[in-house]
Amino acid sequence: MLTFLLLSLVKVIVVTVVLLLAVAYTVLLERKLVARIQNRWGPSRVGPFGLLQPLVDGAKSFLKEDIIPAGVYKPLYILSPIIALSCALLSIAVVPFGPERQFRGVDLFQITDLNVGLLVILGVTSVGIYGIALSGWSSNDKYSLLGSLRASAQIVSYELALGLSLVGVVLRAGSLSLRDIVNSQSAHGLFSWNVFGGFQFFAFFIYLMAAFAETNRSPFDLPEAESELVGGYHTEYSSMKFAMFFMSEYANMITVSCVATLLFLGGWTSPFGNLLPSLGGSILASFVPFCWFVLKVLFFLCLYVWVRGTLPRFRYDQLMAFGWKFLVPLAIANIIGTSLWLALRTS
Amino acid sequence: MRNPYYWNYLPFMLQVLAAVAIASGMVLASWFVGRHRSSRVKLEAYECGMVAQGDARGRFSVRFYMVAMLFILFDVEAVFMMPWAVIYRQLPQLTGSRMFGFWEMLVYLGFVLVGFFYIVKKGILDWASDKADL
Amino acid sequence: MQLVLFFIFGGLCAAAALNLLLTRHPINSALSLIVVMTSLAVLYLTLGAEFLAAAQVIVYSGAIMVLFTFVIMLLNAGEEVRTRGSRAAYLVGVPGVAALFSLLTFVFLSQGNHLGKSTLANPATLYDLSAVLFRDLLLPFEVTSVLILIAILGAVALARKEH
Repeated sequence: MLTFLLLSLVKVIVVTVVLLLAVAYTVLLERKLVARIQNRWGPSRVGPFGLLQPLVDGAKSFLKEDIIPAGVYKPLYILSPIIALSCALLSIAVVPFGPERQFRGVDLFQITDLNVGLLVILGVTSVGIYGIALSGWSSNDKYSLLGSLRASAQIVSYELALGLSLVGVVLRAGSLSLRDIVNSQSAHGLFSWNVFGGFQFFAFFIYLMAAFAETNRSPFDLPEAESELVGGYHTEYSSMKFAMFFMSEYANMITVSCVATLLFLGGWTSPFGNLLPSLGGSILASFVPFCWFVLKVLFFLCLYVWVRGTLPRFRYDQLMAFGWKFLVPLAIANIIGTSLWLALRTS
Repeated sequence: MRNPYYWNYLPFMLQVLAAVAIASGMVLASWFVGRHRSSRVKLEAYECGMVAQGDARGRFSVRFYMVAMLFILFDVEAVFMMPWAVIYRQLPQLTGSRMFGFWEMLVYLGFVLVGFFYIVKKGILDWASDKADL
Repeated sequence: MQLVLFFIFGGLCAAAALNLLLTRHPINSALSLIVVMTSLAVLYLTLGAEFLAAAQVIVYSGAIMVLFTFVIMLLNAGEEVRTRGSRAAYLVGVPGVAALFSLLTFVFLSQGNHLGKSTLANPATLYDLSAVLFRDLLLPFEVTSVLILIAILGAVALARKEH
């Protein structure tokens, strides 16, 4: 029991530190890519290729003055960035990064494999809404309030479409454990991934749209629409508290990309299936799948940035209509279609 | 050696502790590291540099309430679909009928969809028009 | 282990429930209710009901409490004024709740089998739960959808303009 706890603690610390670093460098990736899309260079002064920029930015956030405005409701004003960031750092616990490898009864590539892993992620997201809803209300500022209202209503609406889009995947895998879901797509490489072989293309589309909206990313970044709302729900936040909202947004982006990889792109499985010769060495053999996983997650992160650099922002009524009137019925149609197909196939 | 299943929740607890510790540590650290030089004007609510007018405790559109309300109802529906989806492929053996699992969910979805079309027809989800019955 | 967790989270649950009643600002009450719901979820978990715990967090701590906070924000509810309360509430309320509680307990304990009680293995996997829910308890499950439909109609009727 003690070794188990200690090894788990090491795992938790490693994963959390890597996640925080990944957050920092996703910010850099975004700034670099958007800059190239707009024909600029992006950060290039601090370190080679601006590689030290995120670290310097972090230090700067700490050194800034931490202002607590006079009109705020203090307990909640301080609590909400904590809720937002801790929920964003939580979901990664059920994400498997590679195939199962035990070391003294501890899984090396996953913090923990829960039977209801998918629901845990949904639950953590739904609690994370409070960070945003309460920050706007407790700031006692009109821009913050409008931003947080928009954000909560938007997240809530798209969470519905997101939850329904997962049902098709669960139907195929017959389990809510993320590891089982990946294993259900591992038979023939590319052709057994849910997005292709599982005919979950519509589910993938819905998930992707909902994921962009859940993380308040462009083209659904209305909560932070600078031209009308200044900064949205974090207008009144300064110093590290502001940075925490920022970090939670990027951490959510990473988690959502991980989950998209696991659910639709076969997780750590290689697209070539068994065509590639298997590498005998046990360390290498478990490292290659991990690399596939990272590559796929990077693909989603770049997609986020690409979309941000390309598409204009939606209008709020369009956003709501798209979520409720298009994505939700499509998700239900996808469920009916998938279940009918599965029922007829298993004759 | 296989650990009991419920041990799997221990690392999750650790992750909860780590996440909360990091988040609250950041708030504390930034309060103590940065310097504080406040003035009355600096502590005002931000309204683009103008003097703040009133506070932000007004009322807002009932549509937000409707969205939250409808979310609960459809979320319950979505949560009910998860156990069904998990067992769907075993249902033919359990019930002895190939299409049983499909029809039972179709009936369920049918009732919910009636409600869905009702709110669409009532214009509850039309945020841009005044014609909705709200 | 289970007993320790029960005392920690049961205590947390009771403390948050007390705070819910005693605090004066409605938003604090709402937050205490979230704590109550979440610690209930942990209690379900210690009893081996994983799915119920997850559903509790998603539906109660997530969806329903978002509605509550929205309504508090929507109505701009301020601090409550402390009053003595009516004597009728004290006289009828406490015995009333006790009577209702004992009636419900009696019905569930004695008539459980007629109400569709079924015993699952501990810890119950999702498969066990689904197998019961989608075969033996099909009627209550389908009735849930009617309940959702009625709730949708009710929500629309509540928010309707007055003509």
